[in-house]
Amino acid sequence: MEAILTWIADNQQMIYIVILMIFVGIEVIGHVPSVLHTPLMSGANAIHGVVIIGAIIVMGKAEHDNYVALILGFLAVVLGTLNVVGGFVVTDRMLEMFKGKKKSSK
Amino acid sequence: MELSILTLCYLVGSVTFIIGLKMLSNPATARNGNLLAAAGMAIAIVGTIFLYEEDGKKLGNYAWIFGGILVGGVIGTLAAKKVKMTAMPEMVSMFNGMGGACAALISAVEFDHLYKSYKTIDSAWLADFVPAGMYLTIIAGAIIGSVSFAGSMIAWGKLSGKIKDFSFRGQHIVNLLVLLLVLAAAVFTYQYNVGLALILFYTTVGLALVYGVLFVMPIGGADMPVVISLLNSFTGVAAACGGFLYNNKVMLTGGILVGAAGTLLTILMCKAMNRSLKNVLIGSFGGSSAAAAGKKDQGAYKEITLSDTAVVMSYANKVFIVPGYGLAVAQAQHACHELEKLLESKGVEVKYAIHPVAGRMPGHMNVLLAEADVSYDKLLEMEQANDEFSTTDVVLVLGANDVVNPAAKTDPASPIYGMPILDVELSKNVIVNKRSMKPGYAGIENDLFFQPKTSMLFGDAKKVLQDLIGEIKNL
Repeated sequence: MEAILTWIADNQQMIYIVILMIFVGIEVIGHVPSVLHTPLMSGANAIHGVVIIGAIIVMGKAEHDNYVALILGFLAVVLGTLNVVGGFVVTDRMLEMFKGKKKSSK
Repeated sequence: MELSILTLCYLVGSVTFIIGLKMLSNPATARNGNLLAAAGMAIAIVGTIFLYEEDGKKLGNYAWIFGGILVGGVIGTLAAKKVKMTAMPEMVSMFNGMGGACAALISAVEFDHLYKSYKTIDSAWLADFVPAGMYLTIIAGAIIGSVSFAGSMIAWGKLSGKIKDFSFRGQHIVNLLVLLLVLAAAVFTYQYNVGLALILFYTTVGLALVYGVLFVMPIGGADMPVVISLLNSFTGVAAACGGFLYNNKVMLTGGILVGAAGTLLTILMCKAMNRSLKNVLIGSFGGSSAAAAGKKDQGAYKEITLSDTAVVMSYANKVFIVPGYGLAVAQAQHACHELEKLLESKGVEVKYAIHPVAGRMPGHMNVLLAEADVSYDKLLEMEQANDEFSTTDVVLVLGANDVVNPAAKTDPASPIYGMPILDVELSKNVIVNKRSMKPGYAGIENDLFFQPKTSMLFGDAKKVLQDLIGEIKNL
């Protein structure tokens, strides 16, 4: 019990961020039209690719003889980049169509 | 100084994510929103590579880092550029799985690090040395990331037709047991002999992977978008665990933001189908009762020839096209647009009725038709379309099934009962193009096909449309 309380006290900034971000996340997409559900999901998918930063840190800290860390870290960087780059490119491709559409109809 | 710049980078990153997501939920700004978030991400990544330090030590292994980014970047770009518009949903699922796996791998490396620091002290518990909060973030990242990875891979396989639906009696109980085992293994890893901690950790991860598979397996293909959206928010939370672990605000912000937005999006998608999340996850489509109901004899359906269809359509005043997954599979969106132009040149009013969940994802049809240059204002949403069906001469249903099934309104025993549908039967004629009489994704028969005003036009949507265009031109 005490451990948990100390942990909350030590991490109160982070916990505040979590709570505020939950509200921001809900608020921000509250009025999305159903047409945009797919691109929005895809965009959000790309944003959680931010996990790649963790992968870079793991990779960068790995000692040269720690093969577990090197190999797993390398894999993590590759997969994280896939998530980020692929996610943003796919989203852009979907949205490109909406935009191209608008121009031609004008 | 450098660390303050990094903090600034992270701050910029976090803000672009929030603004980007906001812009993504409006059609006019969506594309720029995506680019903005991508720019913020780039700043955060570059900042991390060059400015991050821990205990005064900079990051090393640049060759590995850049190698990884290069490999991932090239594959990611190629995959995302090459994928067909119809395969978009499974691509998103695939990328989501990669993110989940990334989070799980980070946790694995961090755990390995912890384990190596303490393994010499045998007979001790990990709990004696590692703060609970730290262990919790590591193990949560590992579990959630693994579930998300395994689940996304199954969802990907299902959408691309590689994996069939699979469920067995009592699966929910088995799933629950596996989940409990995951949690038990997680607790044992922490509060048991350090010597066994690594094995127990990988057992936890393995069980989490199994749970991910079992979790998605019984859910019907039509519900995959909802599941992908849910797994998407899972991965967000897994990324946020990494944020806690490294006290990294941008990972935390991005992760939780996606976790919250993804959860809401999941609920919105369920609402569009008039179902609850619980219903989607537990009451899987195509259960035994539905299968039995589907078997009953429905009477005869009537077929229509291409030339008759051509006549009926070109002498109509108003035609509605109802696209569905069949259109997407057949890549028939361009042929569809051609038919629309041809009919308009003959003075027929042509519009599209888009059901919110037509295809495999909300907005799927809009994206496809937009690709074929169909004008945005010809795409009517369900409510508008339903108001106009009574004044419509011909409705052409292209590979859609469950979204026009009147059972959703009339048969309380039907698994799709309560789902809003397109009331195509209000129009004077309904022509349904399908490849066969096989039921749609929900696995149930469609009474619409047996109604007197409905005619069936069998064949691949693209080929049928092309032939139809030829016939109309020859009239």
